[in-house]
Amino acid sequence: MGAPDNPQQILDPRKRYQAGVLKYAQMGYWDADYEPKDTDVLAVFRITPQEGVDPIEAAAAVAGESSTATWTVVWTDRLTASDTYRAKAYRIDPVPGQQGQYFCWVAYDLDLFEEGSIANLTASIIGNVFSFKPLKAARLEDMRLPLAYVKTFRGPPTGIVVERERLEKYGRPLLGATMKPKLGLSGKNYGRVVYEALRGGLDFTKDDENINSQPFMHWRDRFLYCMEGVNQAAAQSGEIKGHYLNITAGTMEEMYRRAEFARDLGSCVVMIDLVIGWTAIQSISNWCRDNDMILHMHRAGHGTYTRQKNHGVSFRVIAKWLRLAGVDHLHAGTAVGKLEGDPMTVQGFYNVCRDTVTKQDLPRGLFFDQDWASIKRVMPVASGGIHAGQMHQLLDLFGDEVVLQFGGGTIGHPMGIQAGAQANRVALEAMVLARNEGRDIVNEGPQILADAAKWCQPLRAALDTWGDITFNYTSTDTSDFVPTASVA
Amino acid sequence: MRINQGCFSFLPDLDDTQIAAQIGYCLRQHWAVAIEFTDDPHPRNTYWSMWGLPMFDLADAAGVMHELRACREANPEHYVRVNAFDSTKGWETVRMSFIVQRPTKEPGFRLIRQETSGRNLRYTLESYAVTAATEGARYAG
Repeated sequence: MGAPDNPQQILDPRKRYQAGVLKYAQMGYWDADYEPKDTDVLAVFRITPQEGVDPIEAAAAVAGESSTATWTVVWTDRLTASDTYRAKAYRIDPVPGQQGQYFCWVAYDLDLFEEGSIANLTASIIGNVFSFKPLKAARLEDMRLPLAYVKTFRGPPTGIVVERERLEKYGRPLLGATMKPKLGLSGKNYGRVVYEALRGGLDFTKDDENINSQPFMHWRDRFLYCMEGVNQAAAQSGEIKGHYLNITAGTMEEMYRRAEFARDLGSCVVMIDLVIGWTAIQSISNWCRDNDMILHMHRAGHGTYTRQKNHGVSFRVIAKWLRLAGVDHLHAGTAVGKLEGDPMTVQGFYNVCRDTVTKQDLPRGLFFDQDWASIKRVMPVASGGIHAGQMHQLLDLFGDEVVLQFGGGTIGHPMGIQAGAQANRVALEAMVLARNEGRDIVNEGPQILADAAKWCQPLRAALDTWGDITFNYTSTDTSDFVPTASVA
Repeated sequence: MRINQGCFSFLPDLDDTQIAAQIGYCLRQHWAVAIEFTDDPHPRNTYWSMWGLPMFDLADAAGVMHELRACREANPEHYVRVNAFDSTKGWETVRMSFIVQRPTKEPGFRLIRQETSGRNLRYTLESYAVTAATEGARYAG
């Protein structure tokens, strides 16, 4: 696959369809003059061609292998409107600062995709192409989903606006915590942790991704005791509480059974793991829509394909697919916590979840404008190694429309779980109050927290325990576009 | 007990200067500000009584503070909250809500557990104040 002598489509049908092997560009999968239509699905791939493989031919191959092509010419193309069905690579740029890597833009005709099916979309776009030998590596960086296609999806069953109206909670981030230890507690002990955390001041508690129905705690026990904790805490605080009951199971039938039990117990929210797959996600999303249930998505497994910049699928694409597929909560990173996440890149994920129209923003990794066609907003969740001492940074980075989840930062509090929850809630409300008063929370944040800690002993203890804890490691998944001063 | 509704219920009660500052924030976001009161603070009691209509196109917080004082005078032992509405496309909902007055004593809620099939329970929250007296006569002291 060296440089084609002429990277142009062969237009003479006799030469084009003669049996044998042609370059992908010659077959028509590269068209530098192509002007994408408003109805096209667009994708940007980061490709690393093998030594000696021409980047334009590699881009054409990506377009080919993710649409109609096979390795050789087939006469049966001539029975179809193959010019329409062929995806077209139409632009290629070297990745700034990354030798041997290229961004390639590919346009797909809308008719290549079944309406309302993420499974179908992904089977094309990330089907064969990622194993293609002439590429050392490939990564799907971003997609533009045309309005006509977006409208074929129902999107989040609840969305940020309706979730807040149901909970009667406005004007501040919501607070949550994942129950720890993740595995091993009995149902009764587990429900105790739920109760203590909610009673102390959290809005939500959460099952972890791998809590399903194990020997130490069967799922019905978990559901019963968690709902006792939820309702007891609601009665004692006068506010609505919830626990994300993880209904992930081996089959759809079992997931529906667990979802129905959660509904019958009065839970306002259920949870699933990303590993259940796209079709299962869309099915349970429909169930949630029919049962007034908030759907929490834990992105278990995503790091296997989202983290490395040169190969896989960016999480911003996963977030777009999940918004279409229809989840209400989505773990989207913390930037300051223990898990991978460059602040600008993470803000890009949050924009994908929350915007009505997402604007192109290269430093945040967003290659396209994306109109969400009034599909509901997804509530992003920040979870993993965050604590009350970072409240000013979290509020500044993510604003109000987020669930901040402090698992260890609640349950590991030296004065107990209720104290840990109270510390987080006081820190949050004090920071929101100060921000609204016009104070510069990024710089004054530590002082605002110290002032609140004067009257809130649990916050004092939290700051003393974790105040200096940071996870300062270099991010793997960063944008290669650095903001430059604009020329006046 | 202390009812934890609204976005500042874990802080000491806001004084009028602090309340005015929060209203100023709402007005800078171009939100309409409304005052509501109730003596039924059940967390699913969505519709508190409106103290007049939401106030649109206000320049500063003084007008809201004036109405707030009047509402407190007329309802000294009710819960009073300030809501802010955002009419922006895609929101069109309350964006902020916080309590600005509470009754002197808050007796809280009783949790009723109805045992049903298996170990299943049906839960009901009931306000002690609401069951003890009729509307308007609750929280009288």
